[in-house]
Amino acid sequence: MPGRLKAKIVAGRHLPVMDRASDLTDAFVEVKFGNTTFKTDVYPKSLNPQWNSEWFKFEVDDEDLQDEPLQITVLDHDTYSANDAIGKVYIDIDPLLCSEAATVISGWLPIYDTIHGIRGEINVLVKVDLFNDLNRFRQSSCGVKFFCTTSIPRCYRAIMVHGFVEELVVNEDPEYQWIDRIRTPRASNEARQRLIFLMSGELQRKIGLKVLEMGGNAVVGYLQCFDLEGESGLVVRAIGTACTLEKISTFPATATHPNNSSPSKDMKDSPQAAPSTLGCRSTHSSPVHSASSRLSQGFSISVPTLLFSGMGSGGSAGKEAGPLKALLKQQTQSALEQREYPFFTLTIFPPGFLLHVGGVVSARSVKLLDRIHNPDEPETRDAWWEEIRQEIKSHAKALGCHAVVGYSESTSICEEVCILSASGTAAILSSRFMQDGPLDTEHRLSQQPLCVFSAGSERVEGDMGSSASLGFEEVVSPGCGFCHIPYDELNIPFPAQLTYCYCCRRYKVPDVLFTTIDLPTEANVTGKGCLIQARLCRTKKKAQGEGNAMAISNLLPFLEYELHTQLMNKLKLRGMNALFGLRIQISVGETMLLGLASATGVYLTALPSPGGIQIAGKTPSDITYEQHISNMQKKINDTITKNKEQYEINPPEVVEEIIGSPIPEPRQRSRLFRSHSESSDEVSEIDLSHGKKDAFVLEIDDTDAVEDIHALLTDSPTPAGFYSCNTEIMPGIQNWTSAIQMFTSVRVFRLNANLTNQGLNKIFSDLCENLLKSLYFKLRSMVPCCLCHLNFTVAIPEDELIQVAVTAVAMSFDKEQTLENGKRSGEKTLIKAITENDEQLQFNLELNAESSSPNPLGSPKGLSEVGSHPSARDRCSSWIEQLKLKAHTIRRGSVKTTSSMEKASPLPEGRSRSLRSNRSYSGSSVAVVKMTPLSFIPGAKIIKYLGIINMFFIRETSSLREEGGVSGFLHTFIAEVFAMVRAHVAALGGNAVVSYSMKECVFMENPNKNQAQCLINVSGDAVIFVRESELELTSVQPQSATTQTSNGGEGT
Amino acid sequence: MSVELDVFVGNTTIMDKEVYQLWLNGYTVNDAVKVRIEGGVMEECEASAEVLLSDTMDQYRTFQMCERLLHHPAKLANQLLFQIPPDRQAMLIERYALACQFNSLDLVIIQFQTFICISLFRYYAFDDSFVREVLGKKLSKGTKKDLDDVSIKTGITLKSCRRQFDNFKRVFKVVEELKGPLVENIRQHFLLPDQLARDYAAIVFFANHRFETGKKKLQYLTFQDFAFCAGQLINNWTVGAVDNMMEDMDVDLDKEFLQDLKDLKILITDKDLLDQHKNLVCTALRGKTNVFNEMEANFKNLSRGLVNIAAKLINAKDVRDFFIDLVEKFIEPCRSDKLTSIDVNLYLTHYTNSAHILDTFKHHAVWTRYMGVIKSCILRMYHD
Repeated sequence: MPGRLKAKIVAGRHLPVMDRASDLTDAFVEVKFGNTTFKTDVYPKSLNPQWNSEWFKFEVDDEDLQDEPLQITVLDHDTYSANDAIGKVYIDIDPLLCSEAATVISGWLPIYDTIHGIRGEINVLVKVDLFNDLNRFRQSSCGVKFFCTTSIPRCYRAIMVHGFVEELVVNEDPEYQWIDRIRTPRASNEARQRLIFLMSGELQRKIGLKVLEMGGNAVVGYLQCFDLEGESGLVVRAIGTACTLEKISTFPATATHPNNSSPSKDMKDSPQAAPSTLGCRSTHSSPVHSASSRLSQGFSISVPTLLFSGMGSGGSAGKEAGPLKALLKQQTQSALEQREYPFFTLTIFPPGFLLHVGGVVSARSVKLLDRIHNPDEPETRDAWWEEIRQEIKSHAKALGCHAVVGYSESTSICEEVCILSASGTAAILSSRFMQDGPLDTEHRLSQQPLCVFSAGSERVEGDMGSSASLGFEEVVSPGCGFCHIPYDELNIPFPAQLTYCYCCRRYKVPDVLFTTIDLPTEANVTGKGCLIQARLCRTKKKAQGEGNAMAISNLLPFLEYELHTQLMNKLKLRGMNALFGLRIQISVGETMLLGLASATGVYLTALPSPGGIQIAGKTPSDITYEQHISNMQKKINDTITKNKEQYEINPPEVVEEIIGSPIPEPRQRSRLFRSHSESSDEVSEIDLSHGKKDAFVLEIDDTDAVEDIHALLTDSPTPAGFYSCNTEIMPGIQNWTSAIQMFTSVRVFRLNANLTNQGLNKIFSDLCENLLKSLYFKLRSMVPCCLCHLNFTVAIPEDELIQVAVTAVAMSFDKEQTLENGKRSGEKTLIKAITENDEQLQFNLELNAESSSPNPLGSPKGLSEVGSHPSARDRCSSWIEQLKLKAHTIRRGSVKTTSSMEKASPLPEGRSRSLRSNRSYSGSSVAVVKMTPLSFIPGAKIIKYLGIINMFFIRETSSLREEGGVSGFLHTFIAEVFAMVRAHVAALGGNAVVSYSMKECVFMENPNKNQAQCLINVSGDAVIFVRESELELTSVQPQSATTQTSNGGEGT
Repeated sequence: MSVELDVFVGNTTIMDKEVYQLWLNGYTVNDAVKVRIEGGVMEECEASAEVLLSDTMDQYRTFQMCERLLHHPAKLANQLLFQIPPDRQAMLIERYALACQFNSLDLVIIQFQTFICISLFRYYAFDDSFVREVLGKKLSKGTKKDLDDVSIKTGITLKSCRRQFDNFKRVFKVVEELKGPLVENIRQHFLLPDQLARDYAAIVFFANHRFETGKKKLQYLTFQDFAFCAGQLINNWTVGAVDNMMEDMDVDLDKEFLQDLKDLKILITDKDLLDQHKNLVCTALRGKTNVFNEMEANFKNLSRGLVNIAAKLINAKDVRDFFIDLVEKFIEPCRSDKLTSIDVNLYLTHYTNSAHILDTFKHHAVWTRYMGVIKSCILRMYHD
C-alpha cells in the first residue's frame, strides 16, 4: 500500500438555497477517490454548514494517486426524493506527491456546478502519506516535478537537460457516447470533466516514467493539449523537456530539504529508473516515417513547410571560423544524435546553452480523423506526430543545426479534418547541460564502461559553464553569438544574404532572423521591441472527406507564404530586423482558413539595418497613378521614420562606413523569400525577390499587393505610453514596478455570407486591431505599461464566426529611469536573477566535476561503448575544446567560489523571515493571488514551486438570455475559472500562478434554443513569492556585491 | 457583420468610477457612451466610439455581476469570484494610508478595495428628492408600480428609482426581523458608513410606521428633517431606547410608553392644573419675549394640541398622522403668531419644565421622555 490519502471536510459557506420552503439547505458531502466513497453527516437547515468531519482515509496505489483526482460532491439531503447535487470540487493531489512542492491542501474552494457555476465554497483539508516503494517495475512516477514554465525555474539549477519527452492518451469523448442521449447535460459534462482529469493524470504519470527512465527528475516547459476530435474521440497529449534539477540550496525554503523525515523523500532522491535503455527512449519503436511515405495509412497530406532564417544573397568570406565551428558542432551533435528528437520546449536558456540560432522550422500536415477508434491503441495519432517531428528534425538539419528549441505542437480541427502543426527554432546548443546517457552520479559509479566517458564529458560541461560563450568563440561578446549562422555559408540551404556580425565583425550573420524562442537576455538590442502580427483569411469551398483535406493542404502553403510576407513587411516598416516568439496559428473552418502569426520584433544590434520598402508600379504610363504610388511611398517612408522614433531605434551610423569595405552589399538589402515544399525540396524554387533591386520592393499592379500595402498602413500605432510584445520580456524596458494585471479577453465576430478574400482579411485584421485598441483603453490607468506575453488564439467555432481570445499581462514600469540610464543598468537588473542563479550553478558544477572525475580526459574507448557515432574528429574536437576551456576555468575559478560562499550565509535568515511575515499577513480574509503568463513576478522572488495547476471546466446553460446573453455567460465563466484557479493556489499555500495560460476556450452557442456551452482549460505553476523589497531589508549588501562580481566576470 | 461576443476579464476586476456612477444613475449603455464621449475620454486616450462602447458594455456587465454581491455586502469580504479582499472599511483606509508609504503593488489592490467600498456607498446612496416621495409609504409592489410617476416628477431615471426603491426594500426586509439597535444592524449587514446607515434607519422606521409625509402642509420639510425626527423617535421612544440590554426590536415604538402617554391628558382635562401650568409658564416667559401676549393667548390651545397628540399615539392610525398633527396643532398656530424659532424654543423649554413644578402632576418621567422628542422635532421642523 504505497500511499494514504486523507481528507477532512471542515465547513461550507454561501451555499445556495435548495429548499424553497425554508430558504435553507440540508447539506452533506460525499468524498470520493477511485471507487471508495465517504459521506459526512447532514448538516440541517443552514447555508453555512459546519461539518467538521473526521479524517476520511483512502489507502491507494501511488499510480492511482497520480491518475485520479479527489472528488468532493456537495449535496442537499432530501427525505422524500433523490438528493440534489449542489456542485463538485475536483482536487488534483499531484502537488502533494512531490515533497518539494506543497505539503497540504487547505482552504476554501469554490463548489462548482457545470450548469449553475460557482455555488458557495467548501473548506477542506487534504494530506498524503507516501510510503517508500522499492518496486522497480512500478508504474508510478511520483516525485517528478512538472513545470509549465519554459525556462529553468527560478529557484532551481539545471544539472542536466535530458531532452524531449512526449506522450498521448486517447479515449472516447463522453459527449459522443450513445448514453449521452439519455442522460442530463450535467451528467455528461461531469463525465467529461472527470475523464479529462483522469487522462491528464495518466498522461502526467506516463511522462514522469519516461523522465525517470532518462534519469531526470523534472519536466520543464510542460505543455498539455486537448484535441476534441468529436466522434472520433478525445486526445490528450503533452510534450516537455526532461531535466535534472536541483534546488538552489541557499534557500532553506520551509521544510522541504532533502533530509526531511517524510517517507516520500527517499523515492525521489534515487529515482528507481528501470536501467533497461540508454539514451532517450520513447514508446515508438520504429521512428522513421519520412514525410514521403505519407499516404500510407488512411489519408494524410504533408504540407510544404517554410524554412527561414537569414535571407539575402552573396556573402563569401568568414572562412576561418569554419573548421572550428564544425568541430564544436560535431561534438555536441554526438550528444544529441542519440536522441530520437533533439527538441526542447524551453524558450529561455541558461546562459551559454544556446550557441547559434538557425531559424524557424515548422511542419504542418492535414489528416482525416478516422472514425473507427480503439482507445487502447493510440498508434495512429502517435504516428502522425512522429511523422511531423521527423520532418522538423530534417529541416533543422538542413539549416545545419542539431537541435530544435522553443518547440511546440498544436492542432486545429474542423469536423473530420485536422491540421497538425509543429514549429520550433533550429539551433546549436552547447553540450554543457547534455550528456549521452541517462546517468547521474550514482549510476555512473555503478556502470563501469560508461563511467570514464561521462566523467570526461561532464568535465567539458563544467568548464563550458564557467565561460559561457567564451569557450569557443572567446573574443565574441555574448550579445551576438547566437546570431551567427550555424550553417556553412558556402553551402547555404537557401539563398541568404550574409554579412559580418555588426558586433564582433568576425562571424557571418543573416540580415533577418526569425525565431520561436524568447529574446536571449544577453542579446544586444537597439531600442525597444513591439508586437508584430500578420493576419490572413482565405475562403475555401465546402467539401467533404479527402477532397476537403486536399483543398486545405493546397491552400496552406499560400497562406503561410502570405503570412510570412506580411510579417516581413511589417518588420521592415518598423525598422527592425528580427522576430522572437514567433507563433503561427492556422485555424480551419468549413468555408475558410484563418492564419494568425504573432511575434515580437526587435532590432538586433548584431544584424544589419533593414532596408526600406519600395513601391513599384508596373504600368507607369498614367501620371495620376504615378502620383498615387509616390504618395504611398512617402507614407511608408514616414511611417518607418516614425516607428524608428517610437521604438528608439538609432543604430550607430558609423557602423555602416567601417563595414563598407569588407561587405559588398549596398545599404538597402533585398529580401528573398523561400517557400520550400517538401516535394519540390530545396531546388525548384520560385524566386520571389523581384530581382536584385536594392530595396524590398512591392509591386502594386496586382490587387494583392495593394491590399498588402493597405494592411501595412492600417495597423494603428500603439498609443503613447504603451508597448506590447508576445515574449516574456520587452527589450529596452527593465524597471518594472510591481503592478501587474493579467487578463483574458474574448471576442466572437459574425461575418456576412459571401465575402471576398479581401473583405475577410480586412474584417479579421480590424477585429484584432480593435481588440488591441480596447485593451489599451481598458488598461490606460497603468500607463506607462507594457502588455507582455500577448497570446492570441483564433478559432472558427462555426461557419461565419471568428473567435479571438487573448491572454496577456499588463505590467507598469517607471518611465523616468528608462529614459535616464537606458539599457545598461536596466539590463543588469534583469539579468541579475539569472546570473545569480548561474553563478551558483557554475560553482557547483565545478565541484562536481572535480570530485567525481579523477580522470577527466579518460580513454576514448568509452565513446564507442556508449554507442554514439564517434569519429576521430569528434574526439579531437572535444579534447581541444576541453583544453581551451580549462584554461579559462582556472583563471576565473577562485573568484567565483568566494562569491557564492559569501552569498550562501546571510540569505536564509532573511528569506525565511519574510516568508513567515508574508504568511501571517494574509490572515483570515481572502488572500490575493497574482496570476501572470510570465515565468516571473516583477520585483519579487519566487521562493517555492508548489506544483502544476491544470484545470479543465465545462459550463453549460439553457437560459442564455437570463444570464446576460453570450457575453454575460462567458464573462461569468471566465471570472469563475480565475476564481477557482486562485482558490486552489491559495489552498496549496501559494500566492501566485506563473506561466499561466488558457490553452483551450471552446465556445458553442445556440441562441435559438437559448443554450450555450463553453470548455476552458487553464494551466500554470503555483508558487510562493516574496517581494524583493522585503528580502533586501536583510540582504542588500551581500547580494549586490555578488552581482557585481558576477557581472564583472561575465564581461571579461 | 457584428460583434457577437465581447468580454474582458482581469485577475483583479477593473472598474471605472465614472461609468459606475452612470450605471447607478440608470443611464442606458448608449447614453452612457454619449456622456463619456462628451467628457472627452476619447481624445485623452486615442480611443474610438467603438472602443468606448465595448468598454462601457463590459463595465455594465461587471457591475451587474457585482450587484448580487452588493445586495449582500457582508459576503463581499469572503467571496472569491472577484479578487476583492478584506472587509472592514476602517481597516482598508488604514492600510491604504500605510500602503502609500510602502508598496505600490499593494497600493493598487487596496485602492481597488477602497474603491469597492466607495462603490458600495454609491450603490446604496439615494437622491433626497426621490426618498422624499416614497418616505413613509409601504415598500410594496404597489408603490413600486407608481415609481414611473415619481420618476417623471423628480427627473430621476426610472431605472435609478427602481434601484433605490429596491435598496430600501432589501434593507427593510433584512433589519425588520433583527434584534438590537437598528442603525448598528444596518451598518453591519450592509457595510454602510454611519450617516448613510442612519438615513436608512430613518427610511425603514418611516416605512414601518407609515408616517404620513406627503400632505401638502408637509411639503416644506426635507428628508433630512424627517431623518432627524426619526432619529429622535428611535433613540427615545422605542423599546431599545430605554433598555439597551433588552434584545428587542428598535423598529417599533414602546407600547408601554404609548399607553402611559394617555395619563398626560390630565394636563388639559383638569382645569386647575391647566391654569396652574399656564400661570407658571407665563410667569417664566414674561419680559423675555416680544410675542408674550400671543403666547399667553394661545397657551391653552397649544397645550391641548400637544397633549392630545400624546394621548392619541396609542392608536397606530394616529401615529401615522404624527407629523401632520405637529404641524397643524402647533407649528402653524405659532407661525401665524409670527413666533421665531427662539421664541418657540423658549416657550417649549418653560412649558416642559413648568409641568414638573405642578403639585398634582405625577408623570414626570413620561413627560420628559415625550416632550424631549417633541421639542427637538418641532424645533427642527420650525422653518419655512
